[in-house]
Amino acid sequence: MSAAIETRSLRKVYPAPPAKRGRGGPAPSKTPSPVVALDALDLTVDEGELFGMLGPNGAGKTTTIGILTTRVRVSGGEAIVAGANVVSEAAVVRRRIGVVPQRPNPDRGLSVVENLIFHASYFGVARAEATKRANELLERLGIADKRDGKVDALSGGQQQRLMIARALTHDPRIIFLDEPTVGLDPQARLGLWETLRELHAQGRTIVMSTHYMEEADQLCDRLAIIDQGKLLALDTPSRLKAQAPGDTLVEVTFDADVAPVVDAARALDGVSNAEGRGVLLRVFSRRGGQIIPALIDAGEARGLTVRDIHLSRPSLETLFISLTGRKLA
Amino acid sequence: MTDDYVPPSRVFGAILLRDVTVARRELPYFLLRTTLQPLLFVIIFGFVLPRMGMIPRGYTATVLPGVLALSLTLSAVQSVSLPMVQDFGFTNEIEDRLLAPAPIKLVAVEKVVSGTLQGTIAAVVVLPLARLIMGPIPGLTFGHLWMLVLVTVLSGAAFAAIGLFLGTAIAPQHIGLMFSVILGPMIMFGCTYYPWAGLKVVPAMKYAVLINPLVYVSEGMRAALTPSMPHMSVPVMLAALLATTVVFLTLGLRAFDKRAMK
Repeated sequence: MSAAIETRSLRKVYPAPPAKRGRGGPAPSKTPSPVVALDALDLTVDEGELFGMLGPNGAGKTTTIGILTTRVRVSGGEAIVAGANVVSEAAVVRRRIGVVPQRPNPDRGLSVVENLIFHASYFGVARAEATKRANELLERLGIADKRDGKVDALSGGQQQRLMIARALTHDPRIIFLDEPTVGLDPQARLGLWETLRELHAQGRTIVMSTHYMEEADQLCDRLAIIDQGKLLALDTPSRLKAQAPGDTLVEVTFDADVAPVVDAARALDGVSNAEGRGVLLRVFSRRGGQIIPALIDAGEARGLTVRDIHLSRPSLETLFISLTGRKLA
Repeated sequence: MTDDYVPPSRVFGAILLRDVTVARRELPYFLLRTTLQPLLFVIIFGFVLPRMGMIPRGYTATVLPGVLALSLTLSAVQSVSLPMVQDFGFTNEIEDRLLAPAPIKLVAVEKVVSGTLQGTIAAVVVLPLARLIMGPIPGLTFGHLWMLVLVTVLSGAAFAAIGLFLGTAIAPQHIGLMFSVILGPMIMFGCTYYPWAGLKVVPAMKYAVLINPLVYVSEGMRAALTPSMPHMSVPVMLAALLATTVVFLTLGLRAFDKRAMK
């Protein structure tokens, strides 16, 4: 299988935001520094793959998609998309990709069907062929009844479907979707999953970003876990889950700082790792929930009272926490 | 799968067709926005006041080219800058064109061409209406048609380029300032309501207004429509319009690129 996307040491640094100063207030104490959004990212996406990028907000997912879709300047390294370089052959890349933006941005000067016809025409598709494709796509995505209406009349989910239809009008090899299900109601989200599965079944390469673990788990062939501009893990969802440390993540919230308890918790039989974050004690347990009484005792012996207990089975979420010490959303 | 090469000219044509389609639908609003103000001026200064004897009748010969210059330049500036501010600032609608398989600057150049067209349309609508309202105008001739076309296209391009620069360089929340701080003084000091030669009574102003590109449009219209009246030297006027176009197109393309590519 050949690579649809390949990045080598991809780096993106945004210039420092201009210093903001309140009216008459003192100058800010520290000067803002440039933001490293991507730090030496190496990725390979195979042709026909449904590839996911999972990470919290600000992880660098949108920047990565921005670079791969030629819409964000590269600071270092290189990226090859559909056989062309995103910097030196940007127009060639754009011809071969379809992009579904994070927030729907249909052309409000045009009707629903015109959005598709004109977009296809920007890619050199002749009018008759563009109209035929537009009608087919509207039918397939279930918004054919809105064909001649204004885009403002579409619901959020319908606008998202219009964006997908738009990304398909010029028959691209790779489709990029940036957090496509944010802001969709559960039904629209399931509908979108269905659409993505269909496109995947047709053999198209799909790259999507998400911060919903369940979505990444259910849809993607392979997943890149990204945080703070770095690739932390890259594998199939099932193999990633197998990498999750311990068996179960037990999170115990106490009424005071847990620092005194951490060492005691780590020493318990069946605990693979433990860490404290303020009043939250995170323990990776090989004995599942059986460890809980010992944790409560350890806390009470040091004068702490339990406020809340939460168990998570090994999942992408627990893997993410073990890799970053942070939650996904 | 579509993989054939798409010539940039084809992409350009498709994007231009999109703007023409949208502009045609918006035509009544477009004309209201860009021609109402100049026409109101024509009614008062070209019809009412001369009839009252407060303004000499010959003043219409000064006002007609000025009013044409005003409608042409205002509509060219606005038709580029307003959508640009909206697209980059809030809606991101322009994104679907930025993803077209052509150099990104082509989208900006297309906006300038479309702005030039819209400016020309505004001028073409205002000219007969103004002539109708003001009655016979001393010295008006259409014998210099080539000059009229040249001045119109060059002025439209110059102000569409200014619109590109303003639309990409001004923060969306400051767009109101564009009208009051930039366009307002530009109109008043643009030799639209008086000939440039007349400023000899205030010599300092006569030379200070030369930094205002609208001056060259007004004087260009005078050279084309009422050539027997005093007007600026034609080569100077054309050179200034050309320079304005080149400078603001360069600045505008640079600012556009900065906004379009993060």
